[in-house]
Amino acid sequence: MITYTFLQQYWWFLIALLGGLLVFLLFVQGGNALIFLAGKNEVQRQLIVNSTGRKWELTFTTLVTFGGAFFASFPLFYSTSFGGAYWVWILILITFVFQAVSYEFQSKAGNILGKRTFRIFLTLNGCLAPLLIGTAVGTFFTGSAFLVNKSAVGDIAAPVISRWANGWHGLEAVANPFNVEFGLMVMFLAVCLGALYMINNIEDKELSVSLRRSLLICFGGFLLMLVMVLIQFITMEGYAVDAGGVVVMEKGKYLHNLIQMPVVLIMFLLGAVMLVAGVVMTLVKKEFNRGIWLSGPGTVLAVMAIFMIAGYNGTAYYPSTADIQSSLTLSNSCSSEFTLKTMAVVSLIIPFVVAYIAYFWRQMDKKSLTKDELENSDKY
Amino acid sequence: MVESALVGWSRAQFALTAAYHWIFVPLTLGLAIIMAVMETIYVVKKDEFWKHTAKFWMKLFAINFAVGIATGIILEFEFGTNWSNYSWFVGDIFGAPLAIEGIFAFFMEATFFAVMFFGWDKVSKKFHLLSTWLVGIGASISALWILVANAWMQHPVGMDFNPDTVRHEMVDFWALVLNPVAVSKFFHAVFSGWMTGAIFAIGISCWYLLKKRETRFALSSIRVAAVVGIIGTFAVMLSGDSSGIHVGKYQPMKLAAAEGLDDGGTRAPFSIVPGIEIPGMLSILATHDINGYVPGINDIIEGYTTPDGDVYLSAEDKMEKGRTALSAFADYTRLKNTDPEAAAEARHILDENVEYFGYGYIDSPEELVPNVPLIYWLFRVMVFFGTFLLILMLFVLWMEWKGRLSNMKWLQWISLLSIPLVYLCGQAGWIVAEAGRQPWTIEGLLPVNAAVSSVSVGAVQTTFFIFVAIFTLFLAIELRILIKAIKQGPKIEE
Repeated sequence: MITYTFLQQYWWFLIALLGGLLVFLLFVQGGNALIFLAGKNEVQRQLIVNSTGRKWELTFTTLVTFGGAFFASFPLFYSTSFGGAYWVWILILITFVFQAVSYEFQSKAGNILGKRTFRIFLTLNGCLAPLLIGTAVGTFFTGSAFLVNKSAVGDIAAPVISRWANGWHGLEAVANPFNVEFGLMVMFLAVCLGALYMINNIEDKELSVSLRRSLLICFGGFLLMLVMVLIQFITMEGYAVDAGGVVVMEKGKYLHNLIQMPVVLIMFLLGAVMLVAGVVMTLVKKEFNRGIWLSGPGTVLAVMAIFMIAGYNGTAYYPSTADIQSSLTLSNSCSSEFTLKTMAVVSLIIPFVVAYIAYFWRQMDKKSLTKDELENSDKY
Repeated sequence: MVESALVGWSRAQFALTAAYHWIFVPLTLGLAIIMAVMETIYVVKKDEFWKHTAKFWMKLFAINFAVGIATGIILEFEFGTNWSNYSWFVGDIFGAPLAIEGIFAFFMEATFFAVMFFGWDKVSKKFHLLSTWLVGIGASISALWILVANAWMQHPVGMDFNPDTVRHEMVDFWALVLNPVAVSKFFHAVFSGWMTGAIFAIGISCWYLLKKRETRFALSSIRVAAVVGIIGTFAVMLSGDSSGIHVGKYQPMKLAAAEGLDDGGTRAPFSIVPGIEIPGMLSILATHDINGYVPGINDIIEGYTTPDGDVYLSAEDKMEKGRTALSAFADYTRLKNTDPEAAAEARHILDENVEYFGYGYIDSPEELVPNVPLIYWLFRVMVFFGTFLLILMLFVLWMEWKGRLSNMKWLQWISLLSIPLVYLCGQAGWIVAEAGRQPWTIEGLLPVNAAVSSVSVGAVQTTFFIFVAIFTLFLAIELRILIKAIKQGPKIEE
């Protein structure tokens, strides 16, 4: 039976899936973060840019679709977070805007700012975008300072539904160490995925050695942040929603969610094991270059599990620290049953979309990228 | 109290982003078709010349495409960052087309764009051709869904107001998709893209003719572009005609403003410029009947009755009903958990007046009149230059057919100098459509002052100037790169 509650959960599942795919596809950003660190000469930098450059639009599109899906299914989040945490989202958007033009412009004659500047833009996007997105997702657990009052629509003088409770408009998120650690964790993960992707996608022995060295360092950073985040994650107070829709603080809420949802726990553990295995096997075996195909899907599973912990099992996924009852839950922030049902029918196309992307990905990446290919064909 | 400065700067930021976005999108829509036709000729004729011709236009397409994407992402998220009230109040309807656009169109464009550029030696010829067409089709599907969303803002259909969730909710998806305004808007916007691509390609090709280089490439490109452009322009005219009917029916104030028509009536005249009119023409354009009734600005403000006996309320009456609806909504919200009977009465009053809910936020009837001179003149810019460009394309194609174009320097110069005109037409058209809807974000439902986010004026001013700087920088770089690439030329052996 397709109930309204089922549809809300289904759409949160899709948001989680898109979130997971987005973090996986942040390997493009992670790869770009290594342009100057791993790319020791012009040829290597060109290989890096052209390797990530053939996938950047998928990451961009996934980000846009993630936003569109959130708008369609949970419009109160779109309204509250984007309109409230104004500066965080504007900063994220600006980094992506610079990335969008940098591939195409960097090597073209007449680009005014020069190749190096555009590559710096790519590197900045590579570091800042995952860091900021991760920090923003951290607030799904620590909360943000906002107030929601839908009745305000009846107030002619001030008909604003969602208000931010301070003038920082989202920048205050960095004052909470958990958010920053979460952001750093996502940033290091993106760089690990970027290195793994390029080890698989580029055929260049020297660059491969350099990428494996970067992978080792960033994996260390990732593990450190992961441990710090996990310790706080399982001990922190969470925002629980009771049967009447009242939001209350619950000690160890997110740990309880993991235990009470064994499927999610298995997803998280399986995802984490795959992620770590992909990296470790790449670091241990010199000839092994398929780590991305373990760590990538592992990332998708783990991130999906994190989103599920944030939204399922009676949890407020976007909590308010200014007024706990303003916290956003799946039921108080979602679209109508009709819209969710209509969009659920639309979502049936997603497997087809994923299938054709996978097919053409394989067609394009059957052969690894080489210096020769760059010399003899179209390139950025 | 919502500050008018906040509304003004938020509108300015959105207008800035949309205007920049529409510099890049129409060229994407038009060039996509032109280069797909060229590659099709290559695959059919197996002539390498057409491959190189298509690849040259693809190179220009890619330079332009990147900035279109950059401005597009800002536009999507600005609905949330700057119009957060809007995002909740109508997000139940408006979010759906944006999500569908992402799922259906953006992934198609992203996947096949990479194949189109880097797949020449990786996939078969026919598969590559399919990818090129799919990039163009993806861009058009993207336009379809964003225009479905925009058309809903011009003529909201398929929804009901729910006072419990305090928003409008979708009740008929197909009414939204098949909204007659959406259909005409889609064809009008997409085919105006074909015009843009065609004028751009003809203008650049004429530059090569002026320089007496790449002659075969230039003449071949002109032939393809002119055919695409002429088809596109006739489609623009047809869809513009149905758009006129829709505006007359659903947005009479916009039509009256576009015509500078203070007092309407039957056999309404069409103003060519102030003082020169064609009697009865506006009635024909707006109703397809010379005796059709077209209300003027004063009629709409003061209320009017059509010759058929249909009565339209004055602005004051609508505002009064709007305030009643808002007051009934406040009562319903306050009483629904404590006094069900009184709440039911309030709900009844709300239902009776909900059609005018948005008018409750309007302070004075004058607010309901958009900027008349701006809309009046930009409408004429769009129509006059659009007509000129059609004549130009027909003449250029005819001269090329006769084999005389290569020697007609003056026509080559006019074609080259006409490139900015097609952009002017597109920008003018969108300003008429959007500024003509003021003060509404959604016609009759939600004015801009009730749709805006609660952020400081200073924050929006700051981001406005940041975006001015970024977009202008990108435009300057793009133009410089395009000019360099054009000067370098396709380098095809002839």
